[in-house]
Amino acid sequence: MSSSAMIATGMTIPDILLQLIPGLGQTLLLTFASLALSLPGGLLYVLLAQSRFAMLARGWLELFRTIPLLVWLFLLFFGLPLWTGLDIGGIGSAVLVFVLWGSTEAGEVFRGAWRAIPVAQLEAGISLGLNTRQRWRYLILPQLLRLSLPPLMNVATRLIKTSSLTVLIGVTELTKAGQQIIEREDNALLVYGLLLLGYFAICFPLSLAARRLEQRWSLA
Amino acid sequence: MDWNFILSQLPEYGLALATTVLIGGVAVLLSALIGVANAVSWYFGYGRFLIAAYVEIGRNTPLLIQLFLLYFGLPKLGILLSAEACGVLALTFLGGAYFTEVYRAGFAGIAPEQAQAARALGLSGRQLLTLVLWPQVWQRQLPAAAATGCFLMRETTVLSAIAVAEIMYTTTNGIALYYLTYEFLLMMTLCCLLLFVPLSIGLRKLEVRAL
Repeated sequence: MSSSAMIATGMTIPDILLQLIPGLGQTLLLTFASLALSLPGGLLYVLLAQSRFAMLARGWLELFRTIPLLVWLFLLFFGLPLWTGLDIGGIGSAVLVFVLWGSTEAGEVFRGAWRAIPVAQLEAGISLGLNTRQRWRYLILPQLLRLSLPPLMNVATRLIKTSSLTVLIGVTELTKAGQQIIEREDNALLVYGLLLLGYFAICFPLSLAARRLEQRWSLA
Repeated sequence: MDWNFILSQLPEYGLALATTVLIGGVAVLLSALIGVANAVSWYFGYGRFLIAAYVEIGRNTPLLIQLFLLYFGLPKLGILLSAEACGVLALTFLGGAYFTEVYRAGFAGIAPEQAQAARALGLSGRQLLTLVLWPQVWQRQLPAAAATGCFLMRETTVLSAIAVAEIMYTTTNGIALYYLTYEFLLMMTLCCLLLFVPLSIGLRKLEVRAL
């Protein structure tokens, strides 16, 4: 089949889904790379928030809670090359913004989890003769993990949804892959409908699982 | 930095701010109404499956796709809406789901004994709602509702993707027209600070008062 015969031939739904796969890969890569970097970033945020420079952590958090992420994306995408001469491109700007934002979110999750562990448990651990390593291994870490995993899954869901915005700074992710099909096939209703279902198919199980785990693992 | 140029663009940004506030404000109001209606309906046991489905779809899909589906998809069904109308609709769809969650939690937080007592005193369903439940739900959920409102206001920036002339669109359009990236990024940042910092401060005050 010649390439000209491909134009507006009426792609079937399986055809479209197949074409979306590379975009989906890019979306997931972007999300999980940002999430993976946000975890150490979150620890850094916690350390900063516990230090003498707590105000800095507070400012960092407020910057990303007050100014919309799309504005950050544009600021870095357009501004960074101008101000620093450093051109990190659409993906680079996206990862940078998502990691800076994700670190505050993950950090707040860690902080909440840490506070939720009763001090009495640590004291009980000490009085039972557990050393520091044992207290971390058997008392603190398992609970910290259970308390932070569900909210971290919610952060992941938000990251996946927000990653769709990167199409606006030229990243070829899932949404862009859909747009490329629409440009050729002129089937916006179908493709955007499928994209909506696609994002739902990823995000809904994730948020459902987070809710279930949260109920099962709650300390109460 | 071309300050005269910035001055010349001030009216554009005034308009952009007004557009953002207007579209965001209407969407916040409409979504709060949807949220209250859904929560009340949920409380009295009507249409729970539909409400749950709506909340999950609204919360688990990106606003950008909801927006594109309305703006580029609906014309395929012969329904042509302006970018502004699509923007309000998409924001309301998204916000309605979040507000439903907020107010549903509010109603769930009231001890069932109160409703039983109201019924025993002979209050009708309507009286139970307007005199007993709603005043408490409103009071208790005010910080959460305000946070949702602020979140929606921030989401208006996404409407730039369908050429609604709010802050972001005015900026990208300006950069494309005049190639004065510095100036437009500065104005975008200032505009955002002007709009969102007071919202954040107000929200913080509400939260502190509620503690």
